[in-house]
Amino acid sequence: MNYIDNIAFVILLIIGVGFFVKNIKKLVRNIQLGKEVDRSDNSSARWKNMAMIALGQSKMVKRPIAGILHIIVYVGFIIINIEVIEIIIDGIFGTHRILSFLGGFYSFLIASFEILAILVLVSVTVFWIRRMVLKIPRFWNKEMKGFPKNDALYILYFEMVLMSLFLIMNAADNHFQELNVGNPISQYIAPLFHNLSFTTINIVERTAWWLHIAGILVFLNYLYYSKHLHILLAFPNTYYANLNPKGKLTNLESVTKEVKMMMDPTIDPFAAAPEGAEASIPEKFGASDVTDLNWVQLMNAYTCTECGRCTSSCPANITGKELSPRAIMMKTRDRLEEVGENINKNGKFIEDGKQLLSDYITPEEIWACTSCNACVEECPVNIDPLSIIIDLRRYLVMEQSAASQELNSMMTNIENNGAPWQYNQMDRLNWKDE
Amino acid sequence: MNVPTMAEMMAQGKQPEVLFWVGCAGSFDDRAKKITKAFVKILNKANVEFAVLGTEESCSGDPAKRAGNEFLFQMQAMTNIEVLNAYEIKKIVTACPHCFNTLKNEYPQLGGVYEVVHHTELLKSLLDDGRLTIEGGQFKEKKITFHDPCYLGRANDVYEAPRELIRKLDVELVEMKRCKTNGLCCGAGGAQMFKEPEKGAKDINIERTEDAIEVKPDIIATGCPFCNTMMTDGVKVTNKETEIEVLDIAELIANAQDL
Repeated sequence: MNYIDNIAFVILLIIGVGFFVKNIKKLVRNIQLGKEVDRSDNSSARWKNMAMIALGQSKMVKRPIAGILHIIVYVGFIIINIEVIEIIIDGIFGTHRILSFLGGFYSFLIASFEILAILVLVSVTVFWIRRMVLKIPRFWNKEMKGFPKNDALYILYFEMVLMSLFLIMNAADNHFQELNVGNPISQYIAPLFHNLSFTTINIVERTAWWLHIAGILVFLNYLYYSKHLHILLAFPNTYYANLNPKGKLTNLESVTKEVKMMMDPTIDPFAAAPEGAEASIPEKFGASDVTDLNWVQLMNAYTCTECGRCTSSCPANITGKELSPRAIMMKTRDRLEEVGENINKNGKFIEDGKQLLSDYITPEEIWACTSCNACVEECPVNIDPLSIIIDLRRYLVMEQSAASQELNSMMTNIENNGAPWQYNQMDRLNWKDE
Repeated sequence: MNVPTMAEMMAQGKQPEVLFWVGCAGSFDDRAKKITKAFVKILNKANVEFAVLGTEESCSGDPAKRAGNEFLFQMQAMTNIEVLNAYEIKKIVTACPHCFNTLKNEYPQLGGVYEVVHHTELLKSLLDDGRLTIEGGQFKEKKITFHDPCYLGRANDVYEAPRELIRKLDVELVEMKRCKTNGLCCGAGGAQMFKEPEKGAKDINIERTEDAIEVKPDIIATGCPFCNTMMTDGVKVTNKETEIEVLDIAELIANAQDL
């Protein structure tokens, strides 16, 4: 009978971690629905990017207030989680503060956790104020209604509750408080419990302890449903990010083959296609749905934490156009989840009459883009909304000839006279004598 | 003005130091032609052996590619590459950041591998080599702000060459609140130059011109023919025509010396 706590703990842990692993497998499967793209080159530059941008938060501090507060929460999150190791050991074996044999070092650890916990509480509160009181515009764009708005708030509340539980747990631990080391914050909370009986304090301590670990497991499982996945995906996302100059767009290889054929006078256009040629014909040019995008673009969508720095620096969005780079990422994720659910239900993807283009992202949005790369530059975790926009444009133009009249005449001019305007190529050097 | 073509050069059995890729705007747009000429005057003054393709030049394909027409882009690229490779071109300079970006980043994979520099980079290196001197002239002590072209700045990380040239003019270089990596687009990139903007509250070039007006410059310096058009329009619309001039860096340098 004495083992009931331990068993309950182990069951809780298995359910919590097991469910999380199950969802992560779904996440990986969904990302793998994307097309292949080779990002295995230049691993030293990739590790460096990950170290600087994800681990080192170098792009976060470009906006110093949010950046520094975020670093506090991030460092707090990682370091306080060391405490989870002890909680798990205690939970499984029924011990209490198993690591306290470390003596002075243990006190030092717990003391730093406490200080971080209070700093995280303050930072998270400021985050809440920035959202809900100061109403910083990028948190209130139109794509931030409903779940996206609440998602952000739930995460803040979660962190507030978890940090408070951690401090209460320490404050209500009589033995720990009597030692009076490693409790720089909780010593001020402890007096609240002085009037309570020993048993009641013990119940408070146990309740806080259980809620703390249960909360962590719930939060872990909330990640998959939330924008908060960035705490995991920021690392692979920065590692696999594009290393080329931002101005360089990919050249479609399938197009290169066709253009080379068109330009090669020795090729017989009426010759029978060589063996296996059909397999090499791409099913479409550009992208109309998430499965036409590559896996890095899909990972980008899951990594996006909807901070809106991209949108707040987008010239189209600033001037009131429909385009919001953040919404491009959110819609890509929404559609990907929908495709994933479809596969979960049917075993394979059954045509649902919907696609990313038009049903989620409208042509109006993608035609508003100036390809200025401000969104790519701004993203603290190197997400590339522009690459998705260009792939969608490619589909519209090459598969549907759905460019505007003005763009069509620009392209006709280039085709006919080698300039986007109607000037004769033979007049190209006239400026010399004007 | 001495503007040899590659065909002439080849006939004389000569190979220029650098090919000047004029670009469509630089060849046909009335405003941009002035930039082209200013740049040529500087090249002549610095005794740079250059040549142009003239009627053998064709659109780099940038606006087609950014509009999503990869076919047309690659047709243009491959045609241009055939010409460039036939002339055994090694180094290219252009005053258009869009051509610059496309030639530099998107041609190599299609067989066109060249050293490509923006005109501000070439001018900077001429200055460093002592082949070019820059003086302030009529611009001395004027207040100048530089508008970063997206395809020079963010796209290719060139921020300093244009600024160092401006500083040499003995002027006060002031930065807009959004500059360098945070620079705001003029609104012309990604094929927007050739279409009406989508519906919205404001035109992007007005938003950007207001950034410039805030720092009260005498001159908005640009390094891109499209930015130049957009900013010139912006200055007109905001009724600042009499106070603010929009000039390319090549024009600043050439005009300062009355070239």
